[in-house]
Amino acid sequence: MNRRQFFRTCAAGLGGSSIAMLGFSPQPVLAQVRGFKLARTTETRSTCPYCSVSCGVIMYTLGDNAKNNKPSIIHVEGDPDHPVNRGTLCPKGAGLLDMIHSPNRLKYPEVREAKSKEWRRISWDEAYTRIAKHMKEDRDKNFITKNDKGVTVNRWNTTAMLASSAASNESGYLTVKSARGMGMTAFDTQARI
Amino acid sequence: MTLQSSLDIQARSATTTPSPSVRSSAAVAKLIDESKCIGCKACQVACQEWNELREEIGNNVGVYDNPSDLSASSWTLMRFAEVEDKDNNLSWLIRKDGCMHCADPGCLKACPAPGAIVQYSNGIVDFKQEACIGCGNCITGCPFNIPRISKKDNKAYKCTLCSDRVAVGLEPACVKTCPTGAITFGSKEDMVSYGEKRTKELQERGYANAGLYNPAGVGGTHVMYVLRHADKTEQYSGLPKDPSISPLVSLWKGAFKPLALLGMGVTALAGFFHYMKVGPNEVEDEKSREEA
Amino acid sequence: MTNSWVDIKNADLVLIMGGNAAEAHPCGFKWVTEAMQQRNAKLVVVDPRFTRSAAVADYYAPIRVGTDIAFLAGVINYMLSNDKVHMEYVKTYTNATFLVNDKFSFENGFFTGYDEGKRSYDKSTWGYQRDKSKDEFVMVDETMQSPNCVYQLMKKHYSRYTPELVSKICGTPKDAFLKVAGFIAGTHTPDRVMTILYALGWTQHSVGSQNIRAMAMIQLLLGNMGRAGGGVNALRGHANVQGITDMCLYSEVLPGYLGAPTDADTTREDYLKVRTPKPLRPNQMNFPQNFPKWHTSLMKAWFGDAANKDNNFAYDMMPKRDTAYDALAIFERMYQGKVNGFLCQGFNPLAAIPNKKKLGIAFAKLKFLVVMDPLQTETAEFWKNFTDFNNVETDKIETEVFRLPATCFAEETGSFTNSSRVLQWHQRATEPPGEAKTDAEIMASLFMRMRDLYKKDGGTFPDAIVNMAWAYSNPNNPAPEEVAREFNGKALGDVMAPPDPKNPKEPPKVLVKAGEQLPGFAMLRDDGSTSCGNWLYCGSWSQAGNNMARRDTSDPSGLGVYPNWGFSWPANRRVLYNRAGADPAGKPWDPKRKGIAWNGTAWAGSDVPDIAPALGPDSGAGPFIMTPEGVGRLFAVGLMAEGPFPEHYEPFETPVGVNLMCPSNAKAVSNPAARVYKGDMEQFGKMAEFPYAATTYRLTEHHHFWTKNARANAATQPAQFVEIGDELAKEKGIANGQMVKVRSNRGEIKAVAVVTKRIKALEVNGKKVHTVGIPIHWGFIGLAKSGYLSNTLTPFVGDANSQTPEFKAFLVNVEKA
Repeated sequence: MNRRQFFRTCAAGLGGSSIAMLGFSPQPVLAQVRGFKLARTTETRSTCPYCSVSCGVIMYTLGDNAKNNKPSIIHVEGDPDHPVNRGTLCPKGAGLLDMIHSPNRLKYPEVREAKSKEWRRISWDEAYTRIAKHMKEDRDKNFITKNDKGVTVNRWNTTAMLASSAASNESGYLTVKSARGMGMTAFDTQARI
Repeated sequence: MTLQSSLDIQARSATTTPSPSVRSSAAVAKLIDESKCIGCKACQVACQEWNELREEIGNNVGVYDNPSDLSASSWTLMRFAEVEDKDNNLSWLIRKDGCMHCADPGCLKACPAPGAIVQYSNGIVDFKQEACIGCGNCITGCPFNIPRISKKDNKAYKCTLCSDRVAVGLEPACVKTCPTGAITFGSKEDMVSYGEKRTKELQERGYANAGLYNPAGVGGTHVMYVLRHADKTEQYSGLPKDPSISPLVSLWKGAFKPLALLGMGVTALAGFFHYMKVGPNEVEDEKSREEA
Repeated sequence: MTNSWVDIKNADLVLIMGGNAAEAHPCGFKWVTEAMQQRNAKLVVVDPRFTRSAAVADYYAPIRVGTDIAFLAGVINYMLSNDKVHMEYVKTYTNATFLVNDKFSFENGFFTGYDEGKRSYDKSTWGYQRDKSKDEFVMVDETMQSPNCVYQLMKKHYSRYTPELVSKICGTPKDAFLKVAGFIAGTHTPDRVMTILYALGWTQHSVGSQNIRAMAMIQLLLGNMGRAGGGVNALRGHANVQGITDMCLYSEVLPGYLGAPTDADTTREDYLKVRTPKPLRPNQMNFPQNFPKWHTSLMKAWFGDAANKDNNFAYDMMPKRDTAYDALAIFERMYQGKVNGFLCQGFNPLAAIPNKKKLGIAFAKLKFLVVMDPLQTETAEFWKNFTDFNNVETDKIETEVFRLPATCFAEETGSFTNSSRVLQWHQRATEPPGEAKTDAEIMASLFMRMRDLYKKDGGTFPDAIVNMAWAYSNPNNPAPEEVAREFNGKALGDVMAPPDPKNPKEPPKVLVKAGEQLPGFAMLRDDGSTSCGNWLYCGSWSQAGNNMARRDTSDPSGLGVYPNWGFSWPANRRVLYNRAGADPAGKPWDPKRKGIAWNGTAWAGSDVPDIAPALGPDSGAGPFIMTPEGVGRLFAVGLMAEGPFPEHYEPFETPVGVNLMCPSNAKAVSNPAARVYKGDMEQFGKMAEFPYAATTYRLTEHHHFWTKNARANAATQPAQFVEIGDELAKEKGIANGQMVKVRSNRGEIKAVAVVTKRIKALEVNGKKVHTVGIPIHWGFIGLAKSGYLSNTLTPFVGDANSQTPEFKAFLVNVEKA
């Protein structure tokens, strides 16, 4: 409903009720409240991604998971079964819907070339290819196999990485495994801060 | 069409026909225990999220109250007050402000538009925007200064006590989210007795003036407070000690209502025809509307 | 947390210090309000600001930023001199009776062994006296009368912290200090328990680790460790900060806190030897002796068949570390031009690391930067000019920046570990926006690209890259279920029981069949027959299935244990050190809050015992099984950088200029063992130019730099502000709501002044000290009003042990803008 339609509907309601006042309408015994918007949504349980109280949340997605329906989260509420939060959420958690749908979410890989003033959209393939090329070049050039005492050290410390502390354990595990596999030592995480 | 739920009506603005009263539904109430409130604003955000409202991004004006006042899209907000006693002991008194859902609602009494304000038999006072004519009388009638007229559609808005949730058996969004259990919800009877129990507990904890705020001047409320300093309600950002409906509203309602009502209705109808011919107006600001 | 969120409800006293639980963890704080209402617990808050935690507290005491050790040391002194310690607990469960090297001493701000040039200690005297005739066990004095026993050394060390001196350093009025000390000391009896809730207010200091050690000592002295309602509880910041910490995405440790190899560990043998301790007292469990099992199983998980006995379980495939590579060290290296590429995953360091100006220069020296994030961040746009907020010359910055869209929690499946160590599984609810991918897919795909390049073109040391075990169904996007099964670990061959000493001829039993998921870390072996990516998480996905996804809401004991909700490491244990919750004879200290107890044949109770189930009270085994001593350490042998006892040192930017604990030693004003880089020391501001103490913090309305991108949250604290006390405002003629400039020696920000009664000027060493409060949540990206990154102001120095930056105490000046 756009704004103009909204005005029209309201105006019609106003007219209607004024007419009712003049005695043309029976008294309603019930009043309809706003429709309950979660009646047929799909529920998915999850964990709030903010602080480490790690409250249980229920995400309500539009539709019933039918093939032709694209799921979209319309509401997030606390999970009453969760032993820690028992259905409650703090202001951040209560606003999760706006984080999920933030206009500042990134949607596509982009590059900012040297000295450029702007982003340019690129494909995932181009992103991976260019990043891997940078990494391999740097690694091949600066990898240290032995230190000056002749001890095998097999380290790469000219490309650094700082890892998320909001990623899942599974992401974290794959991240540390691949970083160590490449020989990275300049490797740290937000968790330290 | 979404499934609609409905609630029995107990009172309806600008309507003289009595409401049906055979079915009895239990009165509900929300209790706000100020001693447990940390002012986190979870209730504010949950209210926005559930009711599909979004407040403008404002500014900081030197206080934590953001937005700085209630509006057509902010139906509840935390009000913060720094209070020092005579021994320089500091208290940071935080009060969740919003509609009190009075048993004797001044807004409903003052409203000239039939059915624009209803009181359900469970005690919830709800605004029906489709019937609202935007006159602002509800603001004058409210002893707590709660309703606000929208600049977008010239309708009055306020907390519905999540009537859509309550109608299907759920607690309001603010109640569910409250992290510390400062807001509770249940039957009015249970909430009064819980509030009295909390009062006693706080008195034993050293708050000699703790008390339950359920003011008689408006017939009691369906939103109540437990206050650590119930003797000084004004300290909580101006919570009136003995609220009552303005005598002007009562007078107006009693003696002049039928006449006035007709006048308002004609005005509204005129407005309607004006709209059909000319289209919607941008609405003047709230103040001039009130003065008008 | 040693205990759990819900367990807070079992406390009699809740102390919030070095944190602000009500604002930063509101839903966890409910268990504080629950304890207050249900068991009449008291809430005490000690903080430089009257926070929203203080708003509902029974008692609030102010403290100057960066002086917590002085306060806590004063509490220790109060307890020891008033006999308010749990003496039986202290004697049997701590190292109070242990004798310390007689050359150990402390004088005028320094412990023995300080090397000024290196800014570090030779810790050789910080050890125990050992009995050469008895397996090198530590010598003890059960009477605790020896001047060299820990108890007496501690008593002597802390006798210096008198209430008068504490008040003079901390600015806390003496009566307020005594009141708080009284509350704390009141829980020394077995029927009363205190919990302490802290967070970054203690860690983000140059003495951060010692802040926490001081409190750990207090909890040991009070007998509150291992008990329902007790413990030392770090309330952590991000949803999975605990999990990522456990997975050890740090240079110095491998998953499960296994010390990573350094240049000194030339062979696997040496490496294992120094990390596998011998027991320091008879009959102790000395659990870290299992290190070789944990490490070997990790190498099997990472390298599969390519890790075997013949190649020392691929020991040389792992990089060795030559120096520090913590975040501050990484940015220092970047600043010096030693870093060419930087991968930045779900992290906004331009906002989250101190000294923004230095960071901006560092970033501009990179050849390439890769940012993976669900949201736009300041870091990804460090090269863009945002006028005063980020005034850079874009066309001079040559860094290539890649910005890769990542999913958020709602679009991915996996596990998070909460602050109380509970792993919980979550399911995706929707598709990611646009082309966003999970962090796991991005990392795996990048790794596979590298692997393909090394397989195809060769290059320097391709061995580890090409040999890494990566047999996932989709190597570019491993399923979280597959990864979780891998880090839990499985039996590669049959896992056999050790021979039964009673029936040595019996054939050994098979405990776990080859190919099965392991039920727990007791099954790990060091012969290559087990694989496990993180020993602490062993048991999270057993043969029974995904234990992280369990949702049993029953709590039979009523103590908030919830034993079958998710999986709590280690071994599904909910309260750490719970053996210490029972007395030496095995009876709970408080029968109303029974954790575990000795039933005559085994330890049992509402929780998984934190001791071998059959190791009874007569065994002599102590309750702190992760130390070779078997007891808690009041005296920390050799672990801490700046000393075995926490000692007060001023923040690097001090508004007093002198350490009142050793006024004549100008070299011990601030932490003498903290690392300071060249150039940063000069950037520390002095009190003459920057007279006001400052501290940064979070507000309850926002989460770091994320929620400024969420509309509903942005509206609740829409614009940047700083908080100043009304007295300072009056002095400076600043009106409430007016714009002010806040300046440190590293930069300047402008913000609205919130003038408040909640930050009081404190009387410190006879002088008035004002504090300026600086919330962190704004930046030049987001839906909230644009603001300055608060780290424009903060100093580039960290804790001497953890290198967590000193965000909580520095100096600024304030004036009308």
